[in-house]
Amino acid sequence: MKDKKLSGRPKLSPICNEMKLDFPSHSRNEAFARAAAGAFIASLDPTASELSDIKCALSEAVTNCTVHAYPDKIGMIRLEIKLREDGTVMLTVKDKGVGIPDIAKAREPLFTTDAAGERSGMGFTVMEGFSDSVKIRSVPGKGTSVTLIRRLQGKSSS
Amino acid sequence: MIKSNCIYRFTATPEGLVVSVGGEIDHHSASAMRRDVDNIIWNRTPTHLILDMSGVEFMDSSGLGFIMGRYALMREIGGNLSLRNPSEPVMKMLTMTGFDKKVKIMTTVLK
Repeated sequence: MKDKKLSGRPKLSPICNEMKLDFPSHSRNEAFARAAAGAFIASLDPTASELSDIKCALSEAVTNCTVHAYPDKIGMIRLEIKLREDGTVMLTVKDKGVGIPDIAKAREPLFTTDAAGERSGMGFTVMEGFSDSVKIRSVPGKGTSVTLIRRLQGKSSS
Repeated sequence: MIKSNCIYRFTATPEGLVVSVGGEIDHHSASAMRRDVDNIIWNRTPTHLILDMSGVEFMDSSGLGFIMGRYALMREIGGNLSLRNPSEPVMKMLTMTGFDKKVKIMTTVLK
């Protein structure tokens, strides 16, 4: 009998660097999260456009924590970033807030639970537009984890 | 005192009331800017509000919310809103979300 590899998953490129950052959900930390992520990702030599896209997607994820996960209090947000040798950036934003009761609904363009706050309802649409993949895990009452994956082409191919 | 990462100033011109925006527009900075811009709209009731976005270095969907909110307010008072010279991050956000079809965009040669 021949040996068969049962796993259908493609082999991931090795992680070359990673970081974790915990910060409170003050709205002023949205800019801090973007700046920290930008500085960390810079080692992969992204183009200005790639860096701008990633910062924008991250800003949406962090803002969701500030506005929706912790609507009545300041809670902690964790940002994890993993860089792979093939130029893939994986950013995970986690909170321990109220959670998302209906993820499919939340992903719909223009859907918002905060119309009074002038949210455009385009947060997840922007995350999807600026990322190759967006994964959302949420348990109501426990919290949410959003993972954004973007493969950089870098300046060498531009 | 914590400084905002967004700056804006108002100029009355024959074309209308110009709000020149620079820096970063996110949820944090948009809320203060919204309050100030709305105050001046209610005080001066301009017929044309021009948001000059040439100096915007970063904008997420909070900026879209800010633009569409002012668009709605200007219509409410019988005026209109235009965006002038949106920078690349602003234009990218507008086209990706289709908002570029909803608001008037003016492009002028910068001297």
